[in-house]
Amino acid sequence: MRTDPLWQLTLARLRMFFREPSAVFWTFGFPLALSLALGVAFRNKPPDPVAVGVWSGPDASGSRRVVEALRGTNGIEVREYYGPSTRDLSTGKIALFVRPGERLEYDFDPTRPESRLAREMVDNALQRASGRADVLRTMDHPVAAPGSRYIDFLIPGLIGMNIMSGSMWGIGYVVVEMRTRKLLKRLMATPMSRAQFLWSFVLMRAAFFFLELPLLLLFGWLAFGVGVAGSLVLLVALSLLGAVAFAGLGLLVAARAQNTQTVSGLINLVMLPMFIGSGVFFSTARFPGFFQPFLRALPLTALNDSVRAVMIEGAGPRAVAGEAGLLAAIGAVSFALALRLFRWR
Amino acid sequence: MDLAIRCGGLVKKYDRVTAVDGLDLSVRRGECFGLLGPNGAGKTTTVEILEGLLQPTSGDVEVLGMRWARDERALRQRLGISLQETHLPDKLTVEEVLTLFRSFFDTGRPVGEVLDLVGLSDKRGSWTEKLSGGQKQRLAVACALVSDPELLFLDEPTTGLDPQSRRQLWDVVLGFKSRGRTVLLTTHYMDEAERLCDRVAVVDRGKVIALGTPAELIASLGGQQVIEAQLDGAVADGELSALPGVHRLSRAGGTVSLAVEKLHQTLPALLSLAQSRGAALTQLSTHQATLEDVFVTLTGRQLRE
Ligand SMILES: Nc1ncnc2c1ncn2[C@@H]1O[C@H](COP(=O)(O)OP(=O)(O)OP(=O)(O)O)[C@@H](O)[C@H]1O
Ligand SMILES: [Mg+2]
Repeated sequence: MRTDPLWQLTLARLRMFFREPSAVFWTFGFPLALSLALGVAFRNKPPDPVAVGVWSGPDASGSRRVVEALRGTNGIEVREYYGPSTRDLSTGKIALFVRPGERLEYDFDPTRPESRLAREMVDNALQRASGRADVLRTMDHPVAAPGSRYIDFLIPGLIGMNIMSGSMWGIGYVVVEMRTRKLLKRLMATPMSRAQFLWSFVLMRAAFFFLELPLLLLFGWLAFGVGVAGSLVLLVALSLLGAVAFAGLGLLVAARAQNTQTVSGLINLVMLPMFIGSGVFFSTARFPGFFQPFLRALPLTALNDSVRAVMIEGAGPRAVAGEAGLLAAIGAVSFALALRLFRWR
Repeated sequence: MDLAIRCGGLVKKYDRVTAVDGLDLSVRRGECFGLLGPNGAGKTTTVEILEGLLQPTSGDVEVLGMRWARDERALRQRLGISLQETHLPDKLTVEEVLTLFRSFFDTGRPVGEVLDLVGLSDKRGSWTEKLSGGQKQRLAVACALVSDPELLFLDEPTTGLDPQSRRQLWDVVLGFKSRGRTVLLTTHYMDEAERLCDRVAVVDRGKVIALGTPAELIASLGGQQVIEAQLDGAVADGELSALPGVHRLSRAGGTVSLAVEKLHQTLPALLSLAQSRGAALTQLSTHQATLEDVFVTLTGRQLRE
C-alpha cells in the first residue's frame, strides 16, 4: 500500500506544474515563441546594394555612359541628380556622388567604410567599361559558414536562459508559496524527510529538462537548420549541470523569504544581470575588459559559453571542463548554503 | 498513570505578547482532552509546542513518553496532526493528497478507508481547490488520520462547518477514541467540548483557569440552571446574590448571570424584587448550565465576542 515518498513528492510536483497552464506556457511555449521571433527578425539576407548618386549635368552623354555602366554592375544602385551636389551624401542616403566630366570626380566621406567600398566598386566598373583589361584571372567562391548566423548564436543562449528561469521560478517561487500557505509547516509535522523534499524539486527540474531541451533543439533544427556540431551526450551533461547549479540557487533564494513578493524580487535581482551580461542575446565580448572576470564567474555565462562551444564549434569535454567545474561548484555551494539557511516554517 | 502528554511550566513569549504563560497539562492515554478558550487564549501556540513545531521559551514537554529534542523521528511516525490553517495544494486531487501524506509514514490505513471515514469518497477525484470549506477541513483531518496515529491533534477541527459536517466529524473523533487512541483538540464550541471531551482545560491568557470533566466544571458553578437577565435601575449585585437558591453571580456586559439550583424557587423572587424596585426587566432567559457559563463565571467575558 505504501508508495515511495520521494516518488510521490516528485509526482505531486509534476502534476501541480502540468495542471497550471500558464506555467506550462512560460516554460515551453515562451522560449519557442521568442526564438521564432528573433530568428525571423535577424535572418540572413543577401547584402544590400550600395546606393550611388550620379550628376546628370552639362555633359549629358558622359553621364548617360556612366549611368549605363553602373546599372549593369551587381551590388550598385544608381540614382540620378540634376545638380552638382546633394545633401543625400551627407545624410547617408547615398555612399558616393559621381560627377562625370573631363575627369571623373568622386565625392565621398573616406571615414565611412561603405563609401570607400562604393568608390572602389564604381571606379572598377567604369574603368572596365572604358576598356581596362584585368591582368589576372580570378574566380569567386561564396562561403556560408555554418554556425555564423544569429540564430545559431541565439538557440544555445535560449537553452541556458530557459534552464535558469525554469529552475529559479519553478523552485524559488514555488517553495516560498508553500511556506506562506503553511504547507511547509504541515509537511514538517509529518515524518517526511527534508532531504527528499528538496530532492523532489531537483528531480522535477531534471524531468522537465528532458522535455525542454529536445523541444528547443528540435525546433531550432526544423525551423532554422541549427545543428549540434559536437557530442549530444556532452550537451545534455552540461545542461544537467546547469540545471543543478540553478536549482541550488533557486533553493538559496527561497531559503528565507517569507512572502512571494520578496522572492520574486530576489529572483529578478539574480537573473537580470545574467540576462544582460551572460551572452543570451549578444556576446559577452561586447563588455569592456574590466568586466570580463566578473561575467566569466556567472553561472549562466559558463553554461551559455560551454553549450555554444559544443553546439557550434563541436568542442570536446576538455575544452569545456572549466565551465563544467564552475557550474558544479556553484551547484554544490548553493545547495549546502540553502540547506543551512532553509527556514522550514 | 499512563500519560500521553505531559507538560509543565510552559511559556512562550513573543516580542510583545506572552502567548503561553506557565501552562501545565497532563493528558491520559485513551482520553479525549479539550482545550477550550477564546480567540488569542494561546491554544494554537500550546498545541504547536506539543506537536514539536514551535520551540517554547521555557518549560518541559513529554509526548508518548518521549522528548522532541531526542526522539523527533520516532514521534513523528506516531502522531496525527491537523493545523488550524493549511492550504493543501490546489491542483492535486483529494486522493492524491492523501496518498502523498500516507507515503511519509511507515504504517497507516488505506487511503480509500480514510476517505470513507470522513465522507469524501465521492470527491476523491476533485482538485482540492474545488472543495467547499467544510470539505477542505475534513480532508485536513483525513491527512492526520491516514497514518492511523496513536495520538491525534486537532486544532479547531469544526470551525466554520455546517451542523451536519460537524456531527460527522464528531463521529470520526469518537470512533477514533473508541479504539483506545488519544485525542487533543481545541475548540471554542461548548457543545463540542461537552460532546467529545472526557476532560476539558479552560484556557485564558495563556493559563489554565479550570480543569475537569465537563460535568465537574458545570457542577462547580453550584447550580444546574442559569438565569440571564438585563435589569436597568438600581438593583445591587448583593441583593441578587441573596435571592433564594443562587450559587453564583457574574456579569458580562449588561447581563447578569445567576447560577441557581431550582428555577421555580429563584425566578419568582427575582421578578418580585425587580417589581418592588421599579427596575425594568428588558430581557430574561434561562438555560441548563454549560461550559460557556463556567467561562463567563471565571472571567466575566463571553467565550466568543
Ligand atoms: N508568531 C507570533 N508572533 C507574535 N505573536 C503571536 C504569534 N503567534 C501567536 N501570537 C499571539 O499569541 C497569542 C495566542 O495566540 P494563539 O494563536 O495561540 O491563540 P488561539 O487560542 O489559538 O486563538 P484562536 O482561537 O483565535 O485560534 C495571541 O495574542 C497572538 O496574537
Ligand atoms: Mg488557534
